[in-house]
Amino acid sequence: MKRRKFDMKQLPASTAGAIDDRYKVATPLRSLLNKVFPDHWTFLLGEIALFSFIILLLTGTFLALFFEPSSQEVTYQGSYVPLRDVHMSRAYETALNLSFDVRGGLIMRQMHHWAALLFMAAIVIHMARVFFTGAFRKPRELNWILGLTMFWLGFLEGFAGYSLPDDALSGTGLRIASAIVLSIPVVGSWLLTSLFDGEFPGEIILERFYILHVFLLPLLLLALVTVHVGLVIVQKHTQWAGPGRTNHNVVGERWFPRYIIKQGGFFMLVFALIALMGGLFQINPIWLFGPYEAAVVSAGSQPDWYVMFLDGSSRLMPAWEIRAFGYTVPPLFWPTIVLPGLLTVLPMFYPFFEARLRKDKAAHNLLDRPRDVPDRTGLGAAGIAFYLVLAFSGGNDIIADKFYISLNAMTWAGRIGLLVLPPLAYYVTRRICLGLQQHDRQVLAHGVETGIIRLLPDGRFVEIHQPLAQPDGHGHAELPYVGAPVPKKMNRLGALGPAIKGFFVPIEEPAPKEKKAEITKEKEPV
Amino acid sequence: MSISNERFEFVRQGAKERDDVEIVHYELQYPLGSRQEKRVVRFVSGLFLLSGLASVVFVACYIWWPFTNFPAVTGWEYEPGNSWMKGYTPILGLTLGIALAAFGFAVLVWGKKLLPHEIVLQDRHDGASDPAERKLTGSTLQFMGEEMGLSRRPLLKVALLAPAGGLGLAAAALPIGMLMKDPHHPDVFLHTGWDPQANGGKFVHLVREDGETKIRPEDISIGGQITAFPGIPGGTTNKHADSPVLLIRLRQNDAEALRANIEKGYPINRGGMAGDLVAYSKICTHAGCPASLYEQQSNRLLCPCHQSQFLITDNARPIFGPATRRLPMLPIVVDEEGFLVATSDFNGIPVGPAFWEKPEA
Repeated sequence: MKRRKFDMKQLPASTAGAIDDRYKVATPLRSLLNKVFPDHWTFLLGEIALFSFIILLLTGTFLALFFEPSSQEVTYQGSYVPLRDVHMSRAYETALNLSFDVRGGLIMRQMHHWAALLFMAAIVIHMARVFFTGAFRKPRELNWILGLTMFWLGFLEGFAGYSLPDDALSGTGLRIASAIVLSIPVVGSWLLTSLFDGEFPGEIILERFYILHVFLLPLLLLALVTVHVGLVIVQKHTQWAGPGRTNHNVVGERWFPRYIIKQGGFFMLVFALIALMGGLFQINPIWLFGPYEAAVVSAGSQPDWYVMFLDGSSRLMPAWEIRAFGYTVPPLFWPTIVLPGLLTVLPMFYPFFEARLRKDKAAHNLLDRPRDVPDRTGLGAAGIAFYLVLAFSGGNDIIADKFYISLNAMTWAGRIGLLVLPPLAYYVTRRICLGLQQHDRQVLAHGVETGIIRLLPDGRFVEIHQPLAQPDGHGHAELPYVGAPVPKKMNRLGALGPAIKGFFVPIEEPAPKEKKAEITKEKEPV
Repeated sequence: MSISNERFEFVRQGAKERDDVEIVHYELQYPLGSRQEKRVVRFVSGLFLLSGLASVVFVACYIWWPFTNFPAVTGWEYEPGNSWMKGYTPILGLTLGIALAAFGFAVLVWGKKLLPHEIVLQDRHDGASDPAERKLTGSTLQFMGEEMGLSRRPLLKVALLAPAGGLGLAAAALPIGMLMKDPHHPDVFLHTGWDPQANGGKFVHLVREDGETKIRPEDISIGGQITAFPGIPGGTTNKHADSPVLLIRLRQNDAEALRANIEKGYPINRGGMAGDLVAYSKICTHAGCPASLYEQQSNRLLCPCHQSQFLITDNARPIFGPATRRLPMLPIVVDEEGFLVATSDFNGIPVGPAFWEKPEA
């Protein structure tokens, strides 16, 4: 029998053929490869969250191999001398061992923590992008709701992880969380004892949080991430208005290889950033805090950043306790249960609320420029102001300490600021939006400012404007505004060369121009 | 090697006809084989090499950097001052970061500079399905309902409620029943480690954090304060997380003022001071943090978590911040041996944050 000659060159084709024989993938695969993605840097913000999540799964799996969420009391005998012979929980001991005795454990722990902070930050920034550009409108309301859900899941996931090492800081956080659960009317005490299996802290809470942190919440997040990204692919990404772009097409680059290369490279950069931060910037040095003891706390204890706004809201809350018929609603209930509840539910309904308010039933695939929707942009700015006041109030003791301000004055400033700044932010932002709108209209009508001043015979000085279209008798052009950026500088029109930056490249030597080659004969301007 | 025009036309035509994807603009960024192209290729290759090099350095550092007395791990201890050991995590982060960043940057430059620039249009095919499709699917679903015949068979409809409700209840009952724990039988909120009844009827000693050293009044200087724990087994551990108290020795006139205030407005705490010494629960009545920052001059106690402030000379009344309730006082006396003991469990006032059915203090 003659053996067939093995042809290396034919291997990819024959493998592909064999796969297609069995699964018939040629058509769906090609439509995936050819899928068009619109490109803009803000569309990559959500990807930072996705990439951080992947890194969290990778580093977290590694950490789970070494960590034991046990409340069992042990006496530390590990490598970190200052804590030797100290009584602590097994959880804290294994977290210390991860940092000092496992080779590379500390960088994994720190990368995990930084990635968690980046994950939450990326979610927030991404959410702001979606809000301000109106990307939540029909047909994408569900993805907006899923995104909000993932923020709160990430919040819980982060808090559960933060509580696991059982150091002084995380124990204090858990103590506050227990008081928050306790503050819920009617069922608070039952919830607390059911969650902690008795009194705080009990012996089982770390194990329960561990299952939440490594199994339930990540699984939920993974499922929601999949649906979230899947919906983006199915519904196709929104795009900015621009030449050739309509509500019914996508203008951009094909997914493979261009967009996937950008995504892959960007993933590596996010990974690099987390690795650098995990190695170079210390975070949560639990060995300095010591084990959790109910009687120990230090001034300047701060939670992770995404919890700070709730810390701030608790601090600003006036001492209003409702007591009636022998029952109590503690003041802690309002800033830590009611406020987050409102912050979850109200934004979820916002897309429907806005659509009804504007009587807008149409589907939108073109993004709004924030200036074109001043009320929404103002509302977003008010929300940011509200959030920032709370977040800064979460660190108001640090601010008071560093700037020699009375702590009580900081609290009052926060209370007043929380009421005054959001409306102010709304008003100012709205005015700025209207001003920017007006300038766009002005440029469309009168043209771009050239910077050339002409002295008229009668002594007046006027600036010459470059019209964007053939002007009518009054020097006005009839150009409609279509929601795309309006050129405002001469070099944007091609009337001047691109601005040469003189920092890295000397101004005397502009980059040599060579004619770009075309491989296709026809050239269609877009 | 060059880009094949023929294949491009084939791909372009196919994409347009079969996938509704129209390549409207396609242009090389540099002529193939040009000086600029070669420069970019060299740059990208250099970055790839840098990435590989940094990875190798990473692995070398991971193995040979003196994190421990590798490979002999026994007998090793972390020395806080040892700068080699301190440098271990930073060098790992730096090399790994450089390796990843160089790789990512190289890939991005490749994609952005070496790939021809393209602008592609794709039809969204957005909006609802074709009306005929919708109608057909809707009818299919409706017919399914008809086939099942729930509306025709009211008995089935009612009967179906039984398993729906019953199994739902069963699914809820099991986890809720497993987790549920009654907070009041035995009551976990009203009793702390200071309860004399749980100590065989004897008053509980105030001890230091070692759990053994009993405290005498003269151990605390005037204006000073220490944290005291119940002198029972495990009294300093988190099993008694609600028990720690702050034991303060007030200046004489402050102590008189406090005594007068208690006499006047808070009779339950009458006789709870041992001379100028007074003990208040350290567990903040707001969120349960240890309220432990005592300002000697103003006799204020500050909780660092949410900055509730308690005026000790006014029987720990909350005077600023979100707390609404006074810190419970632990009544203390000096026993015949000269040690401080607690005579009751905070006079029956529950410690810690408030809740729905918490008795009014």
